[in-house]
Amino acid sequence: MNNTSTFQLDGTDVPFESGQTVMQAALAAGHYIPHLCYHPEFKPHGSCKLCTVKVGGRTAASCTMPAEAGLEIESDIEELNALRRTLVQMLFAEGNHFCPSCEKSGNCMLQALGYDLEVHTAGFRHMYPDRPLDASHPDILLDFNRCILCELCVRASSEVDGKNVFALAGRGITKHLIVNARSGLLNDTNIALTDKAMEVCPVGVILKKRVGFKQPIGERRYDKRPISAQALDDAPRAPSGAKHE
Amino acid sequence: MTNIIDTLETAEHPETLRRVAIDPVSRVEGHGKVTLLLDENDHIHQVRLHIVEFRGFEKFIQGRPYWEAPVMVQRLCGICPVSHHLAASKAMDMIVGATLTPTAEKVRRLMHYGQMLQSHALHFFHLCSPDLLFGFDSDVAKRNIVGIAAAYPEIAKQGVLLRKYGQEVIRVTAGKRIHGTGSIPGGVNKNVSIEERDYLLKDIEQIVAWSRESVGIAQKLFEKNLDLYNSFGRFKAHTLNLVRDDGAMDLYHGGLRARDMDGNTLFDHYDYSHYWDVIFEDVKPWSYMKFPFLRSIGPEQGWYRVGPLTRVTQCDFIPTPLAEQARKEFLAFNGGSAAGATLGFHWARMIEMLHSAEQIRELLHDPDLQGTDLVTKGQRQERGVGVIEAPRGTLIHHYKVDEHDQIIRCNLIVSTTHNNQAMNEGIRQVARQYLDGRKLTEGLLNHIEVAIRAFDPCLSCATHALGKMPLEVELVDAEGTMISTLSRSMDGAFSYQNDNLATD
Ligand code: SF4
Ligand code: FES
Repeated sequence: MNNTSTFQLDGTDVPFESGQTVMQAALAAGHYIPHLCYHPEFKPHGSCKLCTVKVGGRTAASCTMPAEAGLEIESDIEELNALRRTLVQMLFAEGNHFCPSCEKSGNCMLQALGYDLEVHTAGFRHMYPDRPLDASHPDILLDFNRCILCELCVRASSEVDGKNVFALAGRGITKHLIVNARSGLLNDTNIALTDKAMEVCPVGVILKKRVGFKQPIGERRYDKRPISAQALDDAPRAPSGAKHE
Repeated sequence: MTNIIDTLETAEHPETLRRVAIDPVSRVEGHGKVTLLLDENDHIHQVRLHIVEFRGFEKFIQGRPYWEAPVMVQRLCGICPVSHHLAASKAMDMIVGATLTPTAEKVRRLMHYGQMLQSHALHFFHLCSPDLLFGFDSDVAKRNIVGIAAAYPEIAKQGVLLRKYGQEVIRVTAGKRIHGTGSIPGGVNKNVSIEERDYLLKDIEQIVAWSRESVGIAQKLFEKNLDLYNSFGRFKAHTLNLVRDDGAMDLYHGGLRARDMDGNTLFDHYDYSHYWDVIFEDVKPWSYMKFPFLRSIGPEQGWYRVGPLTRVTQCDFIPTPLAEQARKEFLAFNGGSAAGATLGFHWARMIEMLHSAEQIRELLHDPDLQGTDLVTKGQRQERGVGVIEAPRGTLIHHYKVDEHDQIIRCNLIVSTTHNNQAMNEGIRQVARQYLDGRKLTEGLLNHIEVAIRAFDPCLSCATHALGKMPLEVELVDAEGTMISTLSRSMDGAFSYQNDNLATD
């Protein structure tokens, strides 16, 4: 195994281990690439496209792209950041994201990315979809208004919890999150508060009930540090030199 | 004819009359409009205040989880969000069956007095002092806060700093200067740290002293223009306010007290969680806003007045020494004449500002503010009602929450709605006193606005125009043809078109 290979990210050498994706290697080496549907504990999914980078003039999702020695990758360039801003704007316009009264405010990745990428305008006409809440479960609330279809909950529920509580249904603009129960209601599933699926939603869809604003705004995760710094803290780091032989 | 002039609510033959509109009313919070119907001799037949009120909110919140309400309702209003934040929190305390810990109640009270201080300072100094210090029909180019800053720099500065202090109290308790999240169902999410307390303590003596001086300014204005202040827009009204168990003024919590215009008590210490047994809301075809009335008197005559003038005159005492002294002087003044005067509102408002400053001082010395027991809960309830004395008067929030924690019904009665009919009475009185039979001028029309501003209405709109709101007065004849317009642009400049309006 060649453990000393590197690729170039925005002109800097990034070491990687075989089997790592560009995203994994970059984060582990302390280089932030914006992302939403990528989660260090799950198989990459490649749907949000926020992590798009340029390799030899072509674009690719860095969360699914295997790292290869000698690649020359561009990420933090205005051309890509402008596209990322547009993607974030589209996500905001597609759902009902009302940050001022959202209990996830300050802990929400979409909002944090909006700040970090300096998305200052709406960009698109809001679609105001009609998505009623599922409040059937005594302890868990689903506010579909904020779903960005990242499928992290789907992956967490099946891969970690072994339950398949969530799934995506429909295609294109009608694609939406559903609950796997004949009634379609969360209360008729075997979800539990301790499930991994309860932890992974990057926005404010899957919520423990009656918590709300107990943590003051201003003291929340992304209030303290921008997401670009926070994401690096969360990334698994290869202990330096660990696997070198 | 006398009859029509008596009420001025609805003219007999509106089609024959000329219509004048003051739209929007300036230096009030939000958007309002006054229409006058005049005949060819400039006699007034009808006067109405229309408030463009946004009622969609009660619908919007349906289906939302109850713990979101205290944060979401603040978006109703950019001017006194804290009042909505706290009224909704109080309603949600009922939903979660909580009795607040001393720390939670005191942090909330501190937030509320901070709000009272900043709102009253803003209203008196920024919005009203131009009329009061320069005169109602003084040079309109100077009749604004910029003119005040030039002519009375000390007063303008105090106004700015009083307001700023109130905003800092809010920031410390709610987390942000506007739209904070400090209050949550069953308590608060933060206490006041020693550093935060010391930061606020540093200036509180100065704030109390300035608030005292402000009462003095309001009193002197009344003394200097005694006849005008006594009679301007004066009318008798029933009253509604919250009082503490012992009858003291309490702006945060209490029972409802209603008195008729002759001072007879209609109900007292009434448990507000059943307010609908004593108050009902009427609808009128010409206004989107509801007209609440006291059930025992009925829809025709049962309207009432809320706010500072009511609270200061209808409480048994104010539980802080300086404000109590000021209240006694206010009530004794000139045989009690100020207590029934529309312009007595300003004086009463400054007494409340002083009371709030004293309360803040008292609370800052209370170690409970540093307590760590912040939230409680108890037996869940289906219905929650929260009532608070907001800067502009009694504010009612009422919710029904289902077993899934979703809000299924919401009813809000805001201070300005309570005062709807009272404000209409006030401007009709002014129209009778000053406008009837005279050629309209900007100065005369401003008299109407002065009467409205005395109530400090918050017209549910985020526009914060501070005396620079564009104003347009149109004269339209019976066929709807524009006869003339008088307009004020954003920079305060006036322009006339046509000579139907005299120029003083
Ligand atoms: S609910 Fe949350 S985690 Fe699940 S798909 Fe939607 S945004 Fe992703
Ligand atoms: S993070 Fe790579 S596509 Fe979403």
